Amino acid sequence: MPETKTVTKKPVLEAVAVTVRFAGDSGDGMQLTGDQFTDTAAVMGNDFATLPDFPAEIRAPAGTLPGVSSFQVQFSKDVIFTPGDQCDVLITMNPAALKVNIPNVKKGGLIFVNESSFDEAHLKKAGWKSNPLTDNTLKDFQIIKAPLSALTANALKDHPLKLSEVERCKNFFALGMIFWLYDRTMNHTIEWIQKRFAKRPEIVNANIAALKAGYNYADITEALPARYQVREAKLEPGTYRKITGHEATAIGFVTAAQLASKTLFYGSYPITPASNILHELAKYKNFGVKTFQAEDEIAAVGAAIGASFGGQIGLTGTSGPGLCLKSEAINLAVMTELPLVVIDAQRGGPSTGMPTKTEQTDLLQTLFGRNGESPIAVVAPKTASDSFQMAIEAVRIAIKYMTPVVFLTEADTMNAAEPWKLPELDKLPKIEIKHPQLGNEPFLPYSRNSETLARPWAIPGTPGLEHRIGGLSKADLTGNVSYDGPNNEKMVRYRAEKIKGIANDIPELEIRGPKSGKLLVLGWGGTFGAIYQAVMDLKAKGVEVSQAHLNYLNPFPKNLGQVLSQFEKVLIPELNSGQLLLLIRGNFPGVNVIGLNKIQCQPFKVEEITKKIRELV
Amino acid sequence: MSPEAANKLPYTREDLVSGQEVRWCPGCGDYSILATMQRTLAKFDLPKEKYVFISGIGCSSRFPYYMNTYGFHSIHGRAPTIATGLRCVNPELSIWVITGDGDGLSIGGNHLMHSMRRNINFNILLVNNQIYGLTKGQYSPTSPIGKITKSTPQGSIDYPINALCIAIASEATFIARTLDSIPAHMGSVLERAMKHKGVSFVEIYQNCNIFNDKAYEPITGREARDDRMVLLEHGKPLVFGKGRSKAIRLKGLRLEAVDYKEGMDTKELLIHNEQDPEPTYAYLLTQMEYPEMPVPFGIFREIVKPTYDEMLNMQVQEAIKKRGKGDLKELIYGTDTWTVK
Repeated sequence: MPETKTVTKKPVLEAVAVTVRFAGDSGDGMQLTGDQFTDTAAVMGNDFATLPDFPAEIRAPAGTLPGVSSFQVQFSKDVIFTPGDQCDVLITMNPAALKVNIPNVKKGGLIFVNESSFDEAHLKKAGWKSNPLTDNTLKDFQIIKAPLSALTANALKDHPLKLSEVERCKNFFALGMIFWLYDRTMNHTIEWIQKRFAKRPEIVNANIAALKAGYNYADITEALPARYQVREAKLEPGTYRKITGHEATAIGFVTAAQLASKTLFYGSYPITPASNILHELAKYKNFGVKTFQAEDEIAAVGAAIGASFGGQIGLTGTSGPGLCLKSEAINLAVMTELPLVVIDAQRGGPSTGMPTKTEQTDLLQTLFGRNGESPIAVVAPKTASDSFQMAIEAVRIAIKYMTPVVFLTEADTMNAAEPWKLPELDKLPKIEIKHPQLGNEPFLPYSRNSETLARPWAIPGTPGLEHRIGGLSKADLTGNVSYDGPNNEKMVRYRAEKIKGIANDIPELEIRGPKSGKLLVLGWGGTFGAIYQAVMDLKAKGVEVSQAHLNYLNPFPKNLGQVLSQFEKVLIPELNSGQLLLLIRGNFPGVNVIGLNKIQCQPFKVEEITKKIRELV
Repeated sequence: MSPEAANKLPYTREDLVSGQEVRWCPGCGDYSILATMQRTLAKFDLPKEKYVFISGIGCSSRFPYYMNTYGFHSIHGRAPTIATGLRCVNPELSIWVITGDGDGLSIGGNHLMHSMRRNINFNILLVNNQIYGLTKGQYSPTSPIGKITKSTPQGSIDYPINALCIAIASEATFIARTLDSIPAHMGSVLERAMKHKGVSFVEIYQNCNIFNDKAYEPITGREARDDRMVLLEHGKPLVFGKGRSKAIRLKGLRLEAVDYKEGMDTKELLIHNEQDPEPTYAYLLTQMEYPEMPVPFGIFREIVKPTYDEMLNMQVQEAIKKRGKGDLKELIYGTDTWTVK
């Protein structure tokens, strides 16, 4: 369908980076609208980063504060690393969305309000004592009042739709306005609408009409005197796609299984925010992927262990509360020394906490939350797209070292979208596996590879290697049940050494900036973007500060101690009350570590980190 | 063992003995179950590397150590979950879950129920001695109400659960009951379980001579047996009693015992039908409890349904047929890409 090209006399100004936030009721389609805006940014070659922020309730009462769902995206002609601290433009569908999001708008920013919804009932539901459009509440912002519901209804008056269906098209009207404002193409979204609603042509027509009406309205309204252009970003040369964290995670594990020539078996019980991985992997059955929606978290991990015992890739995924339930089974994989990968998508805790919000509070649980001495490997992706590489790493380590590995990700990393420079497939190394076969010597299921200390992975069905494994203490070599104390110590130490030894098989920690100096900012996981941006901003202003970011949390890269020792101070920003900090203090007692801690289930803003760095240098 | 010896078929019982010292109490009913299992498997021509025994925690869960096959002694109540994952990735193995009344019906009750409803192709042996043995004698979910144990000095106030009722409610496709003291009966039931495709659930009445000795004596003891046990035979009336003098009849929604003589007209009598597509009849049999009624042993129900693992593999094949074998490049590239020069 050809795009409606409006000849406009309004000036087009240049912008470098813009942050837009769509906010409305959870039923208003804000996530979808944000997704469409992001896809278009991708198609137009911008760099971008997103922050979906939605309530746990599927449809909280309409018009209320807890029901507000938002989607923030920063798009840019420069390379960016965060979805933006505050937005330049806020699009709100009702008074509740306005109320919740005012703190997220830059001073002087543009706020679109759906004037149709500012009636007494809606104002009351959102807890406004007086109408913010007529009092002084919004004096620091530019307000674009548009009666979105009425305008959409007018645009669709000839369409054979029910009133409630017409109302539901208003998000496309709003999207059309923002598309005009930033001189975006509508083609991608039009094609998407055609595909998505293919079975209901009347909905296709109405949504496209609403989108175009919004675009044209923005063009003619005097409230918007100019539009902005954000040019293509100068990303590294290569082929890119937009990817979310859960997509990159799922694709990473499928790829790992293919690199290992194995079946990927995913056992999982639905839990926010990990369920998306189950949904993704369930689509890939033609890759031989087998997904199993278990009766509970324990069954999910148990089945994954069963698949590993059977010689395939056993993977399970969950979030904090589910990880608690899986700990006993993870320890079974520690004792039986079977490969197992556990995805933990961290969310606000403790207990049920804030299921849809982000945190980094399970680090110590993954390391120490099991009975006995039970070290396991832990890796953490630092961005959405980094999940791909770290998923492959998790599988590689699990198999090579015959150990459980936790893939420790976060709600925001999972939900965020960003451009991903596609890897060269033929450069991804194969994951080599050797299952033992019967030889002339008696088979010893707990003999060890001298380099890795891994035991052999003998799988049921192999003639002559019949053996029994289990959770009882194992005798060295034979794996028979053993109640011998010194043998137990020997085995505990073997397993600890095995995990420690992984440090020789992972990349050393890289430092951005000077290799020594006053301050190193050390992070792990999803805080990468905010830290990177903060350090970059300060460097541009002449502040001397270095950054290092951990992808491997157990074991640490072997040069970590040496890296830390070169700095007077080490700042550790974490979305918890100091878990990595505790580990660094315990492992490297001489280092002067300072925490920057936030436990509000929201990501760091760049300015929170810059402020702390300035305090310290 | 040499490679040749490893594959020698047919087997004798000894070929399936692991050589690990068996550590059950002398006189434990588990010895008989182990020996019967080894004898039963020796009748089949499946090489022993194809067998996997998976257990949870408890006395009976030591079983895998004593079988010269693959084995996994896992954690409390979770054996069916491990068996599920293993079955999903390997259609060729013969998988046996060994559990007990505590392991299977208490801590692992959830997994037991769900593996049965999914009809995953493995066998579950639930060794029921109505007591916790390994933790030294607390009452179990199958102990009768009023049971005096260390944890219930005034008698337990839990109503017991009937394992077979759970199996029927979960629509397990093979449901049977047998006992440790008649190995021939147990052998015939295990043989049928082995041959069944889909989930097989076998409850085995087992005597714990240390903590709950003679719990089943009033039913299965030599004196009581004839009058208190009914051996189920497909297509035949439910005959029992000394001199085969009694049979079972349906009266309203209840079963009752009536006089029986060989050769009499059986149309008034209940005729055992393992293949009844409705679960009601099998459920009625589970309600035949001591002391009001004789207790049935044998195959309660065997029906045919596609198995979970079969359907899972079919979905994989269908996906490959429909969309072609997965191509990594297509997967990674997705639908929209752009190039930066």
